[in-house]
Amino acid sequence: MADHAGVAGGDEVDLSRRKFLTRATIATGAVGAVFAAVPFIESWSPSERARAAGAPVMVDLSKLDPGQMTLTVWRRQPVFVVRRTPDMVKRVSGHDGELKDSKSKDSEQPSYADNELRSRTPEYLVLIAICTHLGCLPKQRFDAGELSASWPGGFWCPCHGSRFDLAGRVFEGSPASANLRVPPYSFPKEQLLLIGADEKGVAS
Amino acid sequence: MRTEALLAALLLAVAGCVPQRLPAAEPEGAAKFGADWESWRADTNVADLASVQRGARNFVSYCLGCHSLKYERWSRLGTDLRIPGQLLEQDLLPPGARATDYIMTGMPAADAKDWFGKTPPDLSLMVRARGRDYIYQFLTTFYVDATSPTGANNLRLPTTAMPDVLSELEGLKGAVFNKGGFDHFEPVAPGRMSLAEYEGFVRDTVNFLDYVSEPTQLERRQLGVWVVLFLLVFSWLALLVKREYWKDVH
Amino acid sequence: MTVKTATGSAAALPKADRGSVGKRFRAWLNKRLPVDEFLASQVTEYYAPKNFNFWYYFGSLALVVLVLQLVTGIFLTMFYKPGEATAFDSVQFIMREVDWGWLIRYLHSSGASFFFIVVYLHMFRAFLYGSYKPPRELLWLLGMLVYLALMAEAFMGYVLPWGNMSYWGAQVIVNVFGTIPGIGPDLVLWIRGDYGIADATLSRFFSLHVAAIPLALLLLVALHLVALHQVGSNNPDGIEIKEKVGADGHPLDGIPFHPYYTVKDFVGIAVFLVALAIVVFFVPTFGGLFLESPNFEPANPISTPADITPVWYFTPYYAMLRAVPDQRLGALLLLLAIMAFLFLPWLDRSPVKSMRYRGWMSRSALAIFVVSFIGLGYLGMQPALGIYVIIARVLAALYFLFFLLMPFYTSLETVKPVPARVVYHAH
Repeated sequence: MADHAGVAGGDEVDLSRRKFLTRATIATGAVGAVFAAVPFIESWSPSERARAAGAPVMVDLSKLDPGQMTLTVWRRQPVFVVRRTPDMVKRVSGHDGELKDSKSKDSEQPSYADNELRSRTPEYLVLIAICTHLGCLPKQRFDAGELSASWPGGFWCPCHGSRFDLAGRVFEGSPASANLRVPPYSFPKEQLLLIGADEKGVAS
Repeated sequence: MRTEALLAALLLAVAGCVPQRLPAAEPEGAAKFGADWESWRADTNVADLASVQRGARNFVSYCLGCHSLKYERWSRLGTDLRIPGQLLEQDLLPPGARATDYIMTGMPAADAKDWFGKTPPDLSLMVRARGRDYIYQFLTTFYVDATSPTGANNLRLPTTAMPDVLSELEGLKGAVFNKGGFDHFEPVAPGRMSLAEYEGFVRDTVNFLDYVSEPTQLERRQLGVWVVLFLLVFSWLALLVKREYWKDVH
Repeated sequence: MTVKTATGSAAALPKADRGSVGKRFRAWLNKRLPVDEFLASQVTEYYAPKNFNFWYYFGSLALVVLVLQLVTGIFLTMFYKPGEATAFDSVQFIMREVDWGWLIRYLHSSGASFFFIVVYLHMFRAFLYGSYKPPRELLWLLGMLVYLALMAEAFMGYVLPWGNMSYWGAQVIVNVFGTIPGIGPDLVLWIRGDYGIADATLSRFFSLHVAAIPLALLLLVALHLVALHQVGSNNPDGIEIKEKVGADGHPLDGIPFHPYYTVKDFVGIAVFLVALAIVVFFVPTFGGLFLESPNFEPANPISTPADITPVWYFTPYYAMLRAVPDQRLGALLLLLAIMAFLFLPWLDRSPVKSMRYRGWMSRSALAIFVVSFIGLGYLGMQPALGIYVIIARVLAALYFLFFLLMPFYTSLETVKPVPARVVYHAH
């Protein structure tokens, strides 16, 4: 510390006390600053309004005919609910070799959808309708032979041509790499589907 | 040194000016009940959870018919007042309402305007706008008035469009005026509650409205204690550093 | 330093010869941006008088509050929705449904009031020690521009929540402009953008409050600081420390700003934060002074609050406005009251800067001025009736006399001898 006209230099003892005190104060200040930053950062979390709007969605299945699909919204994402006919259920099997991830090892689904049909029950299929390539809304192509002679039925994405089967599993040759995601869901009553909540409670 | 002491004194003075909890309501005189109505105080404490819960129940039973709490959600009420989901649905939630809905009244605003001349105001912020004592006095100074369209009038808000909806609980009272204005109340008919019970009812309701006015107030005060303590410690450390460095200055 | 090898490519010398990474980066940086030079000239080698007292905390505190308002304001703007139909509701949304929204809002509303507390005390320091006198006239004028911008900022900010006081306060203040002869009514229509305070008014006030005035404030504060550093700070003894320089070229009565005043200001900031925290967490409405009760009801064009008063920091001027029975003259008086400050450097003829060495006339005048200002402030919050009006008139007269008589009492009075060196007691 230089000597100034109004200031005398400190000696060794002072210097170390000075250093210690300064460091202690800066450390305390830093802790305070971090705590002060928390409210601002957390203010960006979904608000009460967003969380309320993100509550589970009920779908009345009695209106859905076999072979039909309905589109609903859960947490700002489109969701497909498909009522598969027995024939459609059969057409889920038999083309494992053409699929990128037939066992759904690298795709997102709750444990009860971790099966070939990717659903709780064979009849109802619930999928997040966002193509796992770049996010477009796939279109339904449920009829056999619709896209090609060997087409078993499923979904086709108009943006870059990704194809998925009637369990939402992605075909080889598609730009998409993962099967369509399955959200948490449950059947609180006969003919009533609740998207966004299951045995584990409301999805976080 | 002197400056710092002065500052501390100033801070304490400011803290001392923080509005204290008001004194308990005066016990009514045997002869002239109501003569001192302007000094009646709500004397509520928002930290009294049981009181706020009762107030919520009172509100749903007697006020929700006309008044909304449009900034408060049922689910928020449940969480803050520690009312479990099932109880909330059973006792408080109107049929058809979801827990995440805002607390709305069933009465259509247009109809209310026709019937009362004014739409019953939303009460979410009434305590912050007018004060607890104002609402306490409003709910305790209704009196019978044959000349008014509702058959009732009010000392706190003369010619109020609100009818005396709590008369079944409080009973009916008349107001005696003399040359100087209002003099005292006279009982006309008894209600289901005694005076003490009714005052407790009003107190709980005001307490509930105080909570709704600012649901975060308890959290705010609790957190404040820690923040101020931390800052006092920090100030003290900063002062030590300052003194250390200023030893250089002569 | 690089060495060209036989193949023509550059190779670096071993690290040890060139210094650590940190030093190299600093050298690289300083070649392109005068960081070290700036820090030296403005902070570590910038000398300030060593006898600063309590009144000298408020400049740095004003900067702290400015930063606070900018940060909390930026975050509020993320959630606030300007517009007649949405503003009030969006404030409730912030208070109830945004995580920590209530804290950010209270910081901003309390910050506004603390800004004025700090700024008024900061200005008072200038009165105490003659900090507006030459060569600091421009510093003072720039500060006054900051004050004016701040008043505009606060006024517009108060309209944004669109409560009933927001609406009626805006109505009254904008109508004051209607008293300007000739252009008045057209001016008011132009300011409002509608036939009454309306959505158009709210939207433009939002833009000015969030973007335009903060930018102007930042520019003015920067200029204010440059002007300060150009002449150096005044001090409680009113002595120019640059006039007595030591062998090392630095003022004998000066100390480097860093570390001495950085460290001291830190204490000031910490204590200030205690006061701010007490308000924010325990008394955010401050008895209706910081957040006024009528503003918890939405704007209602057909229902005026019982008493329309501006927020406390405007009340001294409001009292003067109402003291005059004539609307036009009242508005003129309000304008003159604010403009009077601008002339201080030239009204003050005292040979001495600091109150410590002035005569009894200056001291009494200042005391009376303070009493008038505070008194007018109190009266501005009361209804304009009876004795209040009479007292307001007396105090307004005293307020103006402080300025009007200043050239006389500052030159006539006997002053005390000013010491050669500053008065300093170790602390």
